[in-house]
Amino acid sequence: MLLRHLIPLLLAVTLQPAFAKEAVPVAADPVAEARLMHLSSELRCLVCQNQTIADSNAELAVDLRNEIREKIQTGMSDAEIKDFMVARYGDFVLYRPPVKNTTLVLWVGPFLLLAVGGGILVFNLRRRRKQAAEPELSRDEQSMAESLLHTDSTKETT
Amino acid sequence: MKAWYLIPLALFIAMLGFLGAGLKLDPREVPSPLIDKPVPVFRLQTLDTPSRLLSSEDMRGQVWLLNVWASWCGGCREEHPTLVEFAKTRVVPIVGLDYKDQPDDARRWLDDLGNPYVTSVSDPDGRTGIEFGVYGVPETFVIDKAGIIRHKQIGPITPDILRDTILPLVKKLNAA
Repeated sequence: MLLRHLIPLLLAVTLQPAFAKEAVPVAADPVAEARLMHLSSELRCLVCQNQTIADSNAELAVDLRNEIREKIQTGMSDAEIKDFMVARYGDFVLYRPPVKNTTLVLWVGPFLLLAVGGGILVFNLRRRRKQAAEPELSRDEQSMAESLLHTDSTKETT
Repeated sequence: MKAWYLIPLALFIAMLGFLGAGLKLDPREVPSPLIDKPVPVFRLQTLDTPSRLLSSEDMRGQVWLLNVWASWCGGCREEHPTLVEFAKTRVVPIVGLDYKDQPDDARRWLDDLGNPYVTSVSDPDGRTGIEFGVYGVPETFVIDKAGIIRHKQIGPITPDILRDTILPLVKKLNAA
């Protein structure tokens, strides 16, 4: 019952802050809040570099979350917000680095290593197979061996 | 064929080389995308007289430094004597951006330690800091006559950095 009154109230509160300077810090608009969480989980906090803005409680991360929340409320798209962040903090702010000339080694490197490793493996396996196949006897050697074995066995039986 | 046995050793040495180079890199120094871009426009209250505003446009036509500082910041205390000494030479005006600070604390800080700034402006909520891509104070920007950012120093300015990097750049920009 209480909820029924609460929801319009919350909506009234959340629709205002487009004009306010401070963004509302409460999870008032679930859709915007979900977008905020998604966006900030893809952005790096530059103070504690191995955390996302979503995870970090550094003051800068809090400020940036507020900034993003405000941008969502003014109707900016996710791509626009990311561009805003990259323009100020550089590609480093993106947890998923873009494919560029400078990041090519990062993206292609692992696959190159895999290909090289696979190549070496195949090369070695082939060589090993060849070595295993090599000690076959020629026809002459074969008959010689047989005759030796034969004479040996006849000798022993006699 | 014997050379094959040397490959792991060669790889190991190469890896040592990479690791050694990595030791010398500071992961906190993230290259700013703002280099060679126009200085973000700001219009903020000055610290000493809040009724007076200073805008980034007011600095156009001269080479200037923007030093981001705060009274709560340890690194700023560290670099402050260097800045105070440098300001005495009057080579280049230094504008302070007082980042996420209490104006009272900031004024007291300058009274106690000396004021190297031609003006300081207040950025109490850090919005201007975000425009500048500030992520750790102190940070210092070198801005040319046309209002283009030419250099960003992350972390405290030392006399060495001042002499080897900032001063030559300021001289070059002044001559241009």
